[in-house]
Amino acid sequence: MRVMAQMSMIMNLDKCIGCHTCSVTCKQVWTNRTGVEYAWFNNVETRPGLGYPREYENQEKWKGGWVRNKRGRLQLAAGGRLKKLSQIFNNPNLPQIDDYYEPWTYDYDMLTTAPAGTQSPVARPKSLLTGQDIDIKWSGNWDDDLGGSQETAAQDPILATMSEHVKMEFEKTFMFYLPRICEHCLNPACVAACPSGAMYKREEDGIVLVDEDGCRGWRMCVSACPYKKVYFNHKTGKAEKCTLCYPLIEQGKPTICSETCVGRLRYLGLMLYDADAVLAAASIENDQDLLDAQRACFLDPFDPEVIAAAKAEGMADDWIEAAQNSPIYQLISEYEVALPLHPEYRTMPMVWYIPPLSPVVDVVSNSGSDGEDARTLFTAIDKLRIPVEYLAGLFSAGDVVPVELSLRKLAAMRAYMRDINLGNEPDERIPNAVGMTGETITAMYRLLAIAKYEDRYVIPKAHVETARELEELGCSLDNDGGPGMGGPASAGHSGPYGNTVGMPLGATVDNYNEMTGRSSATAPTTPGRVNLLNWNGSGVPQGMFPPIADAGSPA
Amino acid sequence: MGTESMTAWDYLLWVAFPYAASGVFVVGHLLRYRYDQFGWTSRSSQTYENRLLRWGSPMFHYGMLMVIGGHVVGLFIPKSWLEYFGVTEHLYHLGATWLGTFAAALTVAGLAILIYRRRLTKRVLLVTTVMDKVMYVFLASTIVFGTTATVLYQIFGGGYDYRGSISPWIRSLYSFQPDPSLMSDVPFFFQLHVLTATALFLLWPFTRLVHVFSAPLGYLVRPYVVYRSRDDPRGAGARPPRRGWEKSERPLERSRK
Repeated sequence: MRVMAQMSMIMNLDKCIGCHTCSVTCKQVWTNRTGVEYAWFNNVETRPGLGYPREYENQEKWKGGWVRNKRGRLQLAAGGRLKKLSQIFNNPNLPQIDDYYEPWTYDYDMLTTAPAGTQSPVARPKSLLTGQDIDIKWSGNWDDDLGGSQETAAQDPILATMSEHVKMEFEKTFMFYLPRICEHCLNPACVAACPSGAMYKREEDGIVLVDEDGCRGWRMCVSACPYKKVYFNHKTGKAEKCTLCYPLIEQGKPTICSETCVGRLRYLGLMLYDADAVLAAASIENDQDLLDAQRACFLDPFDPEVIAAAKAEGMADDWIEAAQNSPIYQLISEYEVALPLHPEYRTMPMVWYIPPLSPVVDVVSNSGSDGEDARTLFTAIDKLRIPVEYLAGLFSAGDVVPVELSLRKLAAMRAYMRDINLGNEPDERIPNAVGMTGETITAMYRLLAIAKYEDRYVIPKAHVETARELEELGCSLDNDGGPGMGGPASAGHSGPYGNTVGMPLGATVDNYNEMTGRSSATAPTTPGRVNLLNWNGSGVPQGMFPPIADAGSPA
Repeated sequence: MGTESMTAWDYLLWVAFPYAASGVFVVGHLLRYRYDQFGWTSRSSQTYENRLLRWGSPMFHYGMLMVIGGHVVGLFIPKSWLEYFGVTEHLYHLGATWLGTFAAALTVAGLAILIYRRRLTKRVLLVTTVMDKVMYVFLASTIVFGTTATVLYQIFGGGYDYRGSISPWIRSLYSFQPDPSLMSDVPFFFQLHVLTATALFLLWPFTRLVHVFSAPLGYLVRPYVVYRSRDDPRGAGARPPRRGWEKSERPLERSRK
């Protein structure tokens, strides 16, 4: 057993209102640069719909993820190592920028500089690739709220697996939003496909990152990711992807998309898993067994054996404690309401979803029945095959049982809590019908409906104390003149290709306390000097005055 | 071919220039690797256009690999070694000419497609840098002169034995006993080919051609999933901002004059 910790996310789809706040804040932080205008590390897609990039789930076309070969071994869907290398001059499975969309801006300048005339000036859309006028034909969420879906929804790869009859009726039945980020998989296909070995999974928290210096732009990661969550920066020629906002996570703070989520539907926390068991679990024969196989990789953070093994791996006590309090562990392993997105890709994704009950509730309510009655809801879940089958196509490789189980628990919670809110005697038969107790269902209600900030995000701080200090010390000594000759803030980082302005601060230091900690009287950034801005007025810190000259010698 | 007939030009072109180019090639690569890892990429434009690239790129690259292989055999393996293994001059000439012509045809056709694509696909043209264009000039002229020389002298001419002149000259450079006299009587197009190739080597470290040295052969043997510690010095941490991390702005319409 090799215990590893994985920072994971769960999204409660019932609460997503499709406002795209997560996408916009993510873009502002990470991809508002040239070369990645078209990239949305976080996107929200309306289902049924084509998704972003278009039809990314059609692995017949894109060859993303893993497949189990005839010998029962796992292999990248696009082919083995030799085949991949032989295709290095032209990646046959790479999406074109038009499969995402051609990025554009508007000619805003025209609005203020156009000469006076009879018509009002117009800000025309201009391509960010060619600078010319473009007709906007597609975007990251073109089919938002089923817009134009009578034209496009039939191409939805999930719908394509369902019958024609279903397709027709489906649109009338329901719609929901699916926010997506990188899955930070336990068995990442992008990492496996990188010819340069520049992509890696962090040992400490499992975040999958691209080493921008090591990336040589072969683009194999882009096509290998079945979720199409690695993007090619077409200006720098390097791969970029969701970082799970690691600089924030390292400080114990939630990602930007979670922090700004209006519906408060995102959960962040650790999951302990057995890294030695991942490959065997991902190679299991039947696609529909992958969900249980992945669940079996997860370890119980309360099990003394697991704790001992984790400590032996060097895991800190606060991390084990965080794993015990993790909302992810509760939702995946205790309540079993969360499900992975497309387990059949065999990458063991670690961003899971609580399937939406609202479509079922809507149908029940619209038909005039009681949308909060347990028996009515249970019956509806059984009867409404279409939404359940569609959800199963997303979350359980087509097996409706786990989806039904999850929806029944959500329905039970709804019915049970209604009685409590109305002051009625709670009916214990409701939680019992889904294998839960009144107590556990109330706890689940607190986590899902009340959703306090500190319950949603249980993120232990990274232990970077020693390593980072050494790194930054090394940098400041590198400068011409060394310490005391201008210091890290003013001295440039010089090299034969010129100077960069100022020295960047460590990626993990961005709050006020840590900033002031760096320049406080007790630990000046420039040895021998004191920053008077941070002097609290008590005593005389060392270095405030020049050293007192010996008596007798000239001052 | 006596030393006394050597002019300053001969020393300049066949001794000084190649040594200068080699020096720049080696030192340039070391410096660039040390200071510009972020810029070390093939800067693929596949996401802009794939219909032409799908044919042009593999044709050019596979053709180029064959061409490079042929040059290694022809230039660095002495004639006498091959003859020891029974490869006579006639046999070598046949092999080199026909295989070489095939490789050249593949390379030239691929290059033609790539240049056509780069010039006429607006998206691709707009991301082409000045250095790219300079590099294309030298790369294309080297290939064209080499092909011309092969066609003129090897196919239609009587066959020129460059293994008696150009090859020993290159080996004389690498044994630090340069002999420019070997090059002075070489046919014109071979001389041009050598000179443009030398210039290309000089430019090499400053172009996207550096990606040649990143051929990812290690991929064949490494484990699929790579783990790295956060404290790995190569991992994310404090470091200077990089080129390319700039605001997204509409490109200028350079082609509209």
